[in-house]
Amino acid sequence: MANKIRIATTSLAGCFGCHMSFLDLDERLLQLAELVEFDRSPITDIEHCTNCDIGLIEGGVCNSENVHTLREFRLNCKILVAVGACAINGGLPAMRNFIPLEECLSEAYLDGIGVENPQIPSDIELPLLLDKVRPIHEVVKIDYYLPGCPPSADVFWKFLTDLQEGREPELDYGLVHYD
Amino acid sequence: MTNTITIDGKAVPFEEGQTIMEAATAAGVYIPHLCHHPDYTPYGSCKLCTVKVNGRVCSACTFPAAEGQDVLNNTKDLNDDRKLITQMLFVEGNHFCPSCEKTGNCQLQAVAYHLNMLDDHFPLFYPHRKVDASHPDVMIDHNRCIFCTLCVRASQQHDGKDVFAISGRGINKHLIVNAESGLLKDTDIEATDRAAHVCPTGAILIKRTGYQVPIGQRIYDHHEIDEVSLLTEQQHGE
Repeated sequence: MANKIRIATTSLAGCFGCHMSFLDLDERLLQLAELVEFDRSPITDIEHCTNCDIGLIEGGVCNSENVHTLREFRLNCKILVAVGACAINGGLPAMRNFIPLEECLSEAYLDGIGVENPQIPSDIELPLLLDKVRPIHEVVKIDYYLPGCPPSADVFWKFLTDLQEGREPELDYGLVHYD
Repeated sequence: MTNTITIDGKAVPFEEGQTIMEAATAAGVYIPHLCHHPDYTPYGSCKLCTVKVNGRVCSACTFPAAEGQDVLNNTKDLNDDRKLITQMLFVEGNHFCPSCEKTGNCQLQAVAYHLNMLDDHFPLFYPHRKVDASHPDVMIDHNRCIFCTLCVRASQQHDGKDVFAISGRGINKHLIVNAESGLLKDTDIEATDRAAHVCPTGAILIKRTGYQVPIGQRIYDHHEIDEVSLLTEQQHGE
């Protein structure tokens, strides 16, 4: 195929579970490889987006680097997709939103059971944490949403093949799960 | 023909005193709803059952059926509105399905699935709400309460108690219990009460019953709420 669909993927405040689920496409990955090529992604180790057709974003936004990455994807991807519960509503990481950030850091790095050499990490290389974890649609415009924790491989397949074949992507009842 | 309304062009018979919702359910027509339950007085808070009656927007669960009504129910416009209402319910509370025991059995989630809701659309509120785990057998997770008052009504109208009430207005609205301490353990609720089982979401749960049915094998994992709702609510009829 002359022009392959170019896809970038990333995991922000996520667990890479959505990426693992994507890999559950198993042998369909061979079919997919005929149709698409990967740009920036943990699959390629390319560090920055070039012009892409589709950006798949796993995870919510929990720190300053997430914001920069998300904006880079939006600038470079024609279609930006929120993949999984965390990208859509903050998910598990957003459960820290009910605890002040200072208390979270104290528990993890100062007062928690088994903490040795207690200190809050402050290296200049580390991105600053946001006060709250936010879903990605609050930061940039999102074109499509694939719910699930994680979305099944069938969801990825249906979405990508719908797009590739020029149809408006649709997920029927069996493919929509929030858990 | 007398005592007939039409819903989406279909003739639906009704008895005097029936609401549009009751007539629809009896005729096998599903109108999405969360706060309606056939056993209890209609309350009309969730607005998911919004229909158009002769061009006017009404709640089907509270609006009496009357001769000559032309009701629109399953239309794209109404379902789009219902999806927005459901999205508002999601962002107003803290509905994290992957970590909720009710997932797969939750009517809020099931209605969202039914409406093909894929995102929350609105900014999330992340309100600070508490969990009341004081009672030995029943717990309240206020994060998931949608103020449908089904527990309030079930306690009063079925259990003959008065365990729950809604207090506050607007964004400060919250579920309260009938105890000076404000704790569920100091009320007379029991795990066998209807009020402890009627919650459409995971806000009121029975302790030590969690995850007995694995995720993926639950009601709405395999059946859409229109089918489940009609089946169970037609059996409740007189």
